[in-house]
Amino acid sequence: MQYFVQQLINGLTLGSIYGLIAIGYTMVYGIIGMINFAHGDIFMVGAFTALIVFLILGALFYSVPVVIALLVMMIVAMLLTSLYNWTIEKVAYRPLRGSFRLAPLITAIGMSIALSNFVQVTQGPRNKPIPPMVSKVYNIEGVSVSLKQIVIVIVTALLLALFWYLVNKTSLGRAQRACEQDRKMAALLGIDVDRTISITFVMGAALAAVAGTLFLMYYGVIAFSDGFTPGVKAFTAAVLGGIGSLPGAVLGGLMIGFIESMWSAYFSIDYKDVAAFSILAIVLIFLPSGILGRPEVEKV
Amino acid sequence: MSDASPSVNDAILQVEHLSMKFGGLVAIGDLSFQARRGEITALIGPNGAGKTTVFNCITGFYKPSEGMLTLNRRDGSSYLLERLPNHEIPARAKVARTFQNIRLFSGMTLLENLLVAQHNKLMKASGYTILGLFGFSGYRTASAESIDLARHWLEKADLVDRADDPAGDLPYGAQRRLEIARAMCTGPELLCLDEPAAGLNPKESMALNALLMDIKDNTGTSILLIEHDMAVVMQISDHVVVLEYGRKISDGSPHAVRTDPRVIAAYLGVEDEDVETVLIEVGDEDVIEQLDTGPDATHGPGSSSSYFAGPVTDTVGHSEGERVTVSKGASKAGQVDARSGAAARPASPAEAKPTEKPSAAKSSAAKPAAKAPAKPKTPGDSNRGGGNE
Amino acid sequence: MAVTTSPERDIVATPMQRATREALYAGAIALGLFVLFIGLRTDQNISNELILVQRWWLLAVVVVLTMAGRFLYVAYGQPFLANQKIVDVATGLLPESMAARFFRLPYFIAAIVTVAVLVFLAGSLDGLLGPGLAGYARFLRALAIIYALASVMFYFRTFIHAHFSALGITALALYPIIVVLVLALYGGSVAAGFQGSLKWVDNYGIQILIYVMLAWGLNIVVGLAGLLDLGYVAFYAVGAYAYALLGTQYGLSFWILLPAAGAMAAFWGVLLGFPVLRLRGDYLAIVTLAFGEIIRLVLINWREVTNGSAGISGIPKVTFFGLMTFNVSDPNYVAKVLDIATSSAYYKIFLYYLILGLCLLTAFVTIRLRRMPVGRAWEALREDEIACRSLGINTTTTKLTAFATGAMFGGFAGSFFAARQGFVSPESFIFLESAIILAIVVLGGMGSLVGIAVAAMVMIGGTEVLRELDFLKQVFGPDFTPELYRMLLFGMAMVIVMLWKPRGFVGSREPTAFLKESRAVSGSFTKEGHG
Repeated sequence: MQYFVQQLINGLTLGSIYGLIAIGYTMVYGIIGMINFAHGDIFMVGAFTALIVFLILGALFYSVPVVIALLVMMIVAMLLTSLYNWTIEKVAYRPLRGSFRLAPLITAIGMSIALSNFVQVTQGPRNKPIPPMVSKVYNIEGVSVSLKQIVIVIVTALLLALFWYLVNKTSLGRAQRACEQDRKMAALLGIDVDRTISITFVMGAALAAVAGTLFLMYYGVIAFSDGFTPGVKAFTAAVLGGIGSLPGAVLGGLMIGFIESMWSAYFSIDYKDVAAFSILAIVLIFLPSGILGRPEVEKV
Repeated sequence: MSDASPSVNDAILQVEHLSMKFGGLVAIGDLSFQARRGEITALIGPNGAGKTTVFNCITGFYKPSEGMLTLNRRDGSSYLLERLPNHEIPARAKVARTFQNIRLFSGMTLLENLLVAQHNKLMKASGYTILGLFGFSGYRTASAESIDLARHWLEKADLVDRADDPAGDLPYGAQRRLEIARAMCTGPELLCLDEPAAGLNPKESMALNALLMDIKDNTGTSILLIEHDMAVVMQISDHVVVLEYGRKISDGSPHAVRTDPRVIAAYLGVEDEDVETVLIEVGDEDVIEQLDTGPDATHGPGSSSSYFAGPVTDTVGHSEGERVTVSKGASKAGQVDARSGAAARPASPAEAKPTEKPSAAKSSAAKPAAKAPAKPKTPGDSNRGGGNE
Repeated sequence: MAVTTSPERDIVATPMQRATREALYAGAIALGLFVLFIGLRTDQNISNELILVQRWWLLAVVVVLTMAGRFLYVAYGQPFLANQKIVDVATGLLPESMAARFFRLPYFIAAIVTVAVLVFLAGSLDGLLGPGLAGYARFLRALAIIYALASVMFYFRTFIHAHFSALGITALALYPIIVVLVLALYGGSVAAGFQGSLKWVDNYGIQILIYVMLAWGLNIVVGLAGLLDLGYVAFYAVGAYAYALLGTQYGLSFWILLPAAGAMAAFWGVLLGFPVLRLRGDYLAIVTLAFGEIIRLVLINWREVTNGSAGISGIPKVTFFGLMTFNVSDPNYVAKVLDIATSSAYYKIFLYYLILGLCLLTAFVTIRLRRMPVGRAWEALREDEIACRSLGINTTTTKLTAFATGAMFGGFAGSFFAARQGFVSPESFIFLESAIILAIVVLGGMGSLVGIAVAAMVMIGGTEVLRELDFLKQVFGPDFTPELYRMLLFGMAMVIVMLWKPRGFVGSREPTAFLKESRAVSGSFTKEGHG
């Protein structure tokens, strides 16, 4: 039982990170119907930015309180990563909007390749380890919960609450949902569609940057190629939950997190990713539009 | 499989107790009708009446909630369409269809479009690809024959000059004809046409009529037709079925249907004195206001009848899936029924009008009747509509 | 309440003002993007701790270059491009195209002279100019050769356009011979010719042709049937491992295993396709991606069979149809049988012709299938699936055949790959490979064999060329390795080509049948499928 609860907590931590990344995928998909393949690398850029900020803080000050360090890392990562995603959207996706459907997909893959290799070229190909930032571990009835995990879950919950408010209660969120439904009509009603889409990318990137910072804090290491696997898994999570649905993305992220940690705990750690992908395939076969996705009506 | 009753031998399609529900929404309720072999049967009704849904059930795109759809082929075999998989309906039961919003393979040439339609035949001839891949002559002959058939239909549809152009490049009317030609290339016994005349200009409409008559006369293919253009319907169809809100309100020859008060009510609205009650029920205050300040009495009773299409807009916009939301009391045919039951049919002008009309009025009288709701304030229409009073 | 409010349109500004402003924006954005990543570099010190190395000068250079580039583009590039489209009022003609301005006789003569002089001086370049400048000179020579060849092609462009396939196949068939001959003349001996040809035949020829074959295989699935497959590399892996395992375990010959690998990949294609083909659009894409990853992860983790990440080595070489072998120690070694000098180039040249043959087989089958009902049904499926069903086409089996056929060619290419490398490991079958293959299909123009071949040549050949740019070390210092920038440039090239030609190099489609004359269908009519 303790073992199970332990895995549950591990899964929750992992799932929070996936969920944060998955939101970026699902929002972009919802609003312009494209798979932003570069999003995993955006996450990696976020983590790398946090790493560099961490090193700058270490170099400038003798000691910085961990909370402040994390906060600064997160904020700078959010800003710079948003700038990356904003630029990518403007340069690589916007000119292709409304053209051939596969074209933006290819530019997204191209951007993904370019981003990870850009980081490789500028920062070197090696793993970048940092000393542990938070190492406190609580032991509650045989279940060990690290402070890192608590921080991840709390930060995720706070961000999701903020995000939920933004999307559901503000005019910005209303504009976004309107663009999702019908971009042309939204434009006719005076919504600045380009701006709304840009903001969507910025929001997705900001969440991915937070996920990157948390990832760096949790694992203590990042490399230029680390964007792909979490990216694909987060995308899997988004599809699993029903792409286009925001609660679905979080739910999917948590599910992938649980599947991974449970599978590694009870079966084999080697096949945890295989399990996650297989479950995706099985879910989609029975629920072709994901768990919370709206079923696609075939119009004749 | 075949039905016992003798009268069905000449029925190519029998629809019995067909119902289709989407969630709690009844799109078609207990619909039964027959389409006779070698005839053109028209399915008409206001927008949202469930016509396309009937088509989708017949051609297997929807599985009906209830009911039986029997197709009797010329060779005596019968098929229960609701049990066949989608793609086997054209392949085995020989039912072909066209679509309301044209579905051509727009990046392929006209000829290729017609060759795709002969897929199953050519697949067999090519030995399911394997023999054809190694260049067996059987496929080459079949391929040449299929091109001949395609040329035949291109000529019929008057498109042979553009055979090597992409289908997406054709003007609208030509696309409609191409879609019919493509459906004919599958060698159907029943051809289902979903609004073939929608959006055509009069000249194109004439060409379409000619094509349909040609198909009927020369191939023996029976036609089931959804149409809003009453000129087309009255001119070419042998048999008309009228739907309103998913239910059949009339069924018979074009002439009989045209004079059926329930049909007129469905299309024109009900008579003047009932209008306000209907509108109140429908909740359309704008129209009531227009009515109050609107036309003077000198226009006669006929003029106002065309205002009352109320919520049912006709021929202007075509919804893609015909979803019906029936507001209480919106069915005008139902009101006619109710009224005739309650008041033992007073000789009201709206009902009497068509019966008094001389037979020469034919399609010209029916056409404005159908079109009228789309453009409510056209005096010409209303004058013509009430011209005989 | 304007729909799109862009300040540029509201204020009438001269191009110069606009360019300056745009350049400032671009500079600010570049500064933001690069300040941490270029301005600072994370490095490990002696005690393995991360430290930051400052590179502000590099950051400044990059930002200034970005600004200058943006300025030049807005100030000169955009007006120039706009002018290209304006018809001259007096003559009614479009202005001279860029290509016509670029390829001119005087330039051509200059290029020829440069090449001649530099080839003549080839041996003494180092002595004359020193090693640094000699590197530039060689690069200049390469550019001049390329320019001269391009000019010739431009001059004969109508002829080339009319006979593209025939010319292309001839050129490909003659390529190793020409390479060997040129290098033999240059090096002065036949042996040197063979030795020198290794790189050209293997790195360029075989490498590019493998991608051509893979892309042509994927083209059947994506380009014709319109099913978006992001896990194509899985079938490549199945083929490679089928040959690697069966070849090493049972010693079966390549010629038996080649069809077996194809069949196995096709079988996997059907197995995967059956449950997932009713999925639509991006769901299909993600499931195929997941499938590709599953295959790779199984290859990594099923160590008893696949030897895990270490891979399988010692895969037998292909024999010359069982008559001769390419193993030096073997009594049937090709050089012994034919009584010629030993060289490893024979095997590479043989492999080159083998993959060329496989490519041509793929092309032949694709062209044949397109004219058959099944091929037409694939394209119809891409155009409109619902209409297909209304015409009695069984869409499930049609999709499955497309999947299986595409997978089969992937399997062929995989077994060839295993035979060529003599070694396979899961490293070769990562998602990036799927992405590259898909990119080649889309960049080439979906469905167009010629376009795809050109795209493979440009993208794969182009990145291989970067390996040759050693002289850049003279500029950027000895630490500079151009190869590192290969994938960065590849990714950027993908973006740029897509922005330039969203429908790929060849946007039009050849009809499969015609009544009077065959006219290419413009890409604006074809659909890309939703699957």
